[in-house]
Amino acid sequence: MKALLESVIRGLGNGSVYALLALGFVIIYKSTRVISFAQPALMLAGAVAVSYLAGVTGFYPAVLLSALLIAGVALVIERVAIRPMVGRPVFVVAIITLGIDVVLRVIVNAFIGRDVRQVGDPWGFTQVSLGPLVVQSRWLAMLLVTAVLVALLFAFFRYTRYGLAMRAAAFDQEIALAQGVSVGAVFALSWGLAGFLAAVAGMFVGTGQGIEQMTWVIALKALPAIIVGGLDSLGGAVAGGLVVGVVESLFQSYQGEFAPWLGQNFAVVSPYVVMLIVLLVRPYGLFGTREVERV
Amino acid sequence: MTSDGTETRPAVSTAPPDIPTGRSRKVRGRPLLYTSYAQDMALLDTRAKRVWTGLLVLLAFALSVLLQDRSLEVLAGAYVLAIGAIGLNIVTGYAGQVSLGHAFFVAIGAYTAAALSGPPGGENLGYGLAELWIWLPAAGLVAAAAGVLVAPLATRLRGLYLAVVTLGLVFLGEHIFKEWQELTGGPGVGREAAIPQLFGVRLDQDGPFGTKEQVLYTLMLTLLIVFALAARNLARSRIGRAFAAIRDRDIAAAVIGVPLTRYKVLAFGISSFYAGCAGGLLYTISGYVEPTSFNLLLSVQFIAMVLIGGVATVSGAIAGALFISLLQPVTRSLPALVPFISGDTTLTPNVFQVETVLYGLLIVLFLIFEPRGLFGLWIRVRNYWKSWPFSY
Repeated sequence: MKALLESVIRGLGNGSVYALLALGFVIIYKSTRVISFAQPALMLAGAVAVSYLAGVTGFYPAVLLSALLIAGVALVIERVAIRPMVGRPVFVVAIITLGIDVVLRVIVNAFIGRDVRQVGDPWGFTQVSLGPLVVQSRWLAMLLVTAVLVALLFAFFRYTRYGLAMRAAAFDQEIALAQGVSVGAVFALSWGLAGFLAAVAGMFVGTGQGIEQMTWVIALKALPAIIVGGLDSLGGAVAGGLVVGVVESLFQSYQGEFAPWLGQNFAVVSPYVVMLIVLLVRPYGLFGTREVERV
Repeated sequence: MTSDGTETRPAVSTAPPDIPTGRSRKVRGRPLLYTSYAQDMALLDTRAKRVWTGLLVLLAFALSVLLQDRSLEVLAGAYVLAIGAIGLNIVTGYAGQVSLGHAFFVAIGAYTAAALSGPPGGENLGYGLAELWIWLPAAGLVAAAAGVLVAPLATRLRGLYLAVVTLGLVFLGEHIFKEWQELTGGPGVGREAAIPQLFGVRLDQDGPFGTKEQVLYTLMLTLLIVFALAARNLARSRIGRAFAAIRDRDIAAAVIGVPLTRYKVLAFGISSFYAGCAGGLLYTISGYVEPTSFNLLLSVQFIAMVLIGGVATVSGAIAGALFISLLQPVTRSLPALVPFISGDTTLTPNVFQVETVLYGLLIVLFLIFEPRGLFGLWIRVRNYWKSWPFSY
């Protein structure tokens, strides 16, 4: 029981990182109807920026600075490569983001080098006890920071002018435009937010084990998360991220014991299996809105 | 149609008398005048196309004696990739179902072929059926079966949901192939690829018909022509029109009587057949196949071929495959020309980085500036000269 709960807490910790990434995907999807495959590169870039800045400014300012920096990078990408494509098929724009991801990752990899880079986080693999449970402190940090960011984000969408504008644009771009909402600004804001969240997530991915060139694959786990939660649901992204994290962690702990025939490292692909099962039952995810198609 | 707008159906459906059917008549001196539907839909509908396509095919065959073995090897690989790209174009270009899972089907084909043709009782699974005409169709059919199995998902999902699910397929496939070591040899180890043997003659060895590269080149070129012709014919048939209708608006297609499920399954099946055949052939050139090579990057490369070449065109897919395959030798020769680019992977910038950046940049630039790809560029050039000197 103790091991199970510890495994769940590890899952919630990692899952909250997936939730941050998933929120970025969903925010971009809601405003532009495109899945941005550039998120993995932005995440990696965020982690690398933290690893370089942490030595100069200290860790916490470095996280904030890198997140702002990556948000800036995302803004530039949006302005240069995405804005000209408004009105084109979403698939084409999605593939453009895929191309950007490939390019950006090569640049970032040059900064990583061939070895593992530490991000300079204060947590490392240190453990704390929660009553009878012994868990790593970084998982608690992930959960806490994600909870704060999610609360801030939902408050932003709920109570501010720009949040309202973003919700309006997500609801119907043309009507929002007619009401005086600058849809271009909404696009830019959504990419900036997604970049910010991706950078924070990247920092968390790098805690403890550090980052290397293959770390970007972790960001793709947010894809099952958004599909499970529903592409256009912010709450669904958080829920999906946590579900994916917990499922992965449970597989990591118990699959070797109960289902060794699935092969080593099955936990890595388990999110995709969950995604397939959810889609077979609910094609629009758990919280996604069913699309009403008109001819 | 009668005057009040109601339609009266003729008892026997015959073509209207003013549109000649069947054998068309040629009008002297007016080569572009089409007098029948068949003429309009012909594969090579103008004399220029007939002549130049013929010359191009002749030139391609002649290259097998004109070029060095090293270049032939690259081109043979490009032709196989072109078969795979045509396959992806059928499902993504013609039928409009975005698939990022092409690498998965290529892998299935590669391993089916390798297992069938491998020596029995060896380190890996093998059945000793090295004849090309056995393992090539088998590789295609097994991959097609996998495609048909996946297709029910495709009929329930659309757009980007489908793209993400097919992406998941690549990861699941990678896991399976890494773990199934009896079949694949495991990551880092790999196994011998399919052995191309035709009527007892090993095609991957120097023989009476020329060197290994010459024989393989000719084989791949022949197969590419067969597959390309089949795809062109498919595209202009009833099935091809149904695919295009689904791509343009699937609900509208359903309304006019296209059974969506059947045609989406068909599109995935045919596309996977092409992918499987390409997979079986692809590794015969190097003779070695490793399970980690079927990753997301391979899928992205196929997408890049289709997009850079031209969506929903067979010649575009071939051009795209050639373009992407030739990019590699070109970038590899860069260090000799541009001094600051290094051939050493430990230095920055090195050729591998340049190559990867070029993939990404080319996809982005083509999509922004010429969405129809290389095929679109060709159409522009052709139209300019067709109406020259009145090209405005």
